Amino acid sequence: MTGAIASMKSVKYLLFCCVLLQAEPALSEQVYFSKESFLQLAFPASEPKSGVIWLTSQRKQVAKELLGHSPAELRVRYWSLNDRSAWILDKVGKEQPITIGVIIENDEVQQVEILVYRESRGGEVRHGFFKQQFVGAQLINNIDLDRNIDGISGATLSVNAVTTVTKWALYLHEQIF
Amino acid sequence: MRPNLTKTAMAAAVASTLAVNVAYATQDEIQELKQQLEQQQAQLDALTEALENNQGTGEGWWSDTSFGGYAELHYNNINSQKSSKDSVELDLHRFVLFFGHRFSDKVSFFSELEVEHNVAGEGKNGEVEIEQAFIKYQYADNHSAKAGVFLVPVGILNEVHEPDTFYGVERNNVEKNIIPTTWWEGGVMGSGELFAGVSYDAAISSGLYLDAAGGDFKVRDGRQKVSEANATDLAYTARIVWNGVPGIQVGFTGQYNPDLLQGDVVGTVKDVDATLLEAHLDMQKGPIGFRALYATWDIDSALDDVKAGASEQTGWYVEPSYKITEKLGAFARYSQWDNQAADDDVDSNYEQMDVGINYWLVDTVALKADVQKINEPGNTKEGFNLGIGWSF
Repeated sequence: MTGAIASMKSVKYLLFCCVLLQAEPALSEQVYFSKESFLQLAFPASEPKSGVIWLTSQRKQVAKELLGHSPAELRVRYWSLNDRSAWILDKVGKEQPITIGVIIENDEVQQVEILVYRESRGGEVRHGFFKQQFVGAQLINNIDLDRNIDGISGATLSVNAVTTVTKWALYLHEQIF
Repeated sequence: MRPNLTKTAMAAAVASTLAVNVAYATQDEIQELKQQLEQQQAQLDALTEALENNQGTGEGWWSDTSFGGYAELHYNNINSQKSSKDSVELDLHRFVLFFGHRFSDKVSFFSELEVEHNVAGEGKNGEVEIEQAFIKYQYADNHSAKAGVFLVPVGILNEVHEPDTFYGVERNNVEKNIIPTTWWEGGVMGSGELFAGVSYDAAISSGLYLDAAGGDFKVRDGRQKVSEANATDLAYTARIVWNGVPGIQVGFTGQYNPDLLQGDVVGTVKDVDATLLEAHLDMQKGPIGFRALYATWDIDSALDDVKAGASEQTGWYVEPSYKITEKLGAFARYSQWDNQAADDDVDSNYEQMDVGINYWLVDTVALKADVQKINEPGNTKEGFNLGIGWSF
């Protein structure tokens, strides 16, 4: 009996491993930065403190204008140190969420990075020549960037996702400082 | 002085004892409050998480299935020098639904189902068409393969033709008559990124098929639309696209068709091989837009026996545009095309000028208006077009 139970257990263990293997991110989900490495990039010198900002109805209204939809979550997590904040936000381009990291200091974008890209086309947004356009960008009138962001033919929806998330992060940054 | 000192000392002792007692009580209370606060925070976190997770529709097959579409309604009012060719009409030119499904992170399906000219059927103007239906397999980082029916990777409009993405009520005549857009074939295609900003596509697919016995010679007439398509001779397509600067795209496509007659022999006409070369620039830098495209078919001269000059079919256009505001843009387009360009003695050249505006109600809903003039062999047409187009 014990032998049978033991083998049952090992079968279960094997099945569990199979499930784990299945759950491993497949190729089309491309991870360029882990959360940890992105935060390391944002705060190389010392540990930031983590906080949450609650999405009050007023903030949800702004989100609706910026992102085109009201966010499902009730709060947004961020990391900050002195005048610098870092945000990790998801936004669907066409079908799948793109995980985007935004680093802001003194209401100005310092860096935009693609952490995880899951869409089937439009991955060019991860390249430096595109991301570079956001460096120094500021939010004006709560809705516009102070500059034009040139798109990439064939990647319009991913470009829009990165642009709107950057605006949303700038707005949230203003809320905490 | 002494008694005073003693009094002061006593008062100080009492005060400090009291103060210490007060301090002890406060610390206890703080400790208790702290614990309560922590418990409440934990409850709050748990509640928030539960709330956030319960929102939306949850998981199911539908979370991997996507749906979209586009449509365009046109009003054309064109006067012709030859009044028999006048045309005033209102047309739901296209109504399109996209369906896609993601079977796994690597395998997905995409389709485009289109109704053209609103009513299809025996003796009706319209058509029901499946323009895309393919399985895509993402087999490596930045590389994928498709099998099924897909849009040929060529030109500016062939793959991206949602009405809110281009100027002009009607699609331009160069891509329509030379490339010929909208053009889809069945087969396999590999796509991917070679390095930052440079991508490729390579396809083996069904080819064009001209009914030469019936007098067909224009490449556009050769589209089989993957409807019991004659696949005696397959076509080979390759494209390179450079996207290395935001707002600028440069693309080159080549296609080789070993035989536009798919093995048919019509009199002495047979083995009609054809090569398409296409190059384009698509630029949007801030408010300034510019599109330019050149496409040419070099076809075996045997086709000249079906129609004089048909062995070369060539066209090009340039289209500067300017976004006056976020929502309002103006454009001008000059086009030329010729489906019998190999013979200079044949009057077969078309020339067209368009000037117009797009007004975007929202990003993907556009109102359009343009005026146009076409010089065609033996005739001149002038008029205006109005349209509304949207996608989601």
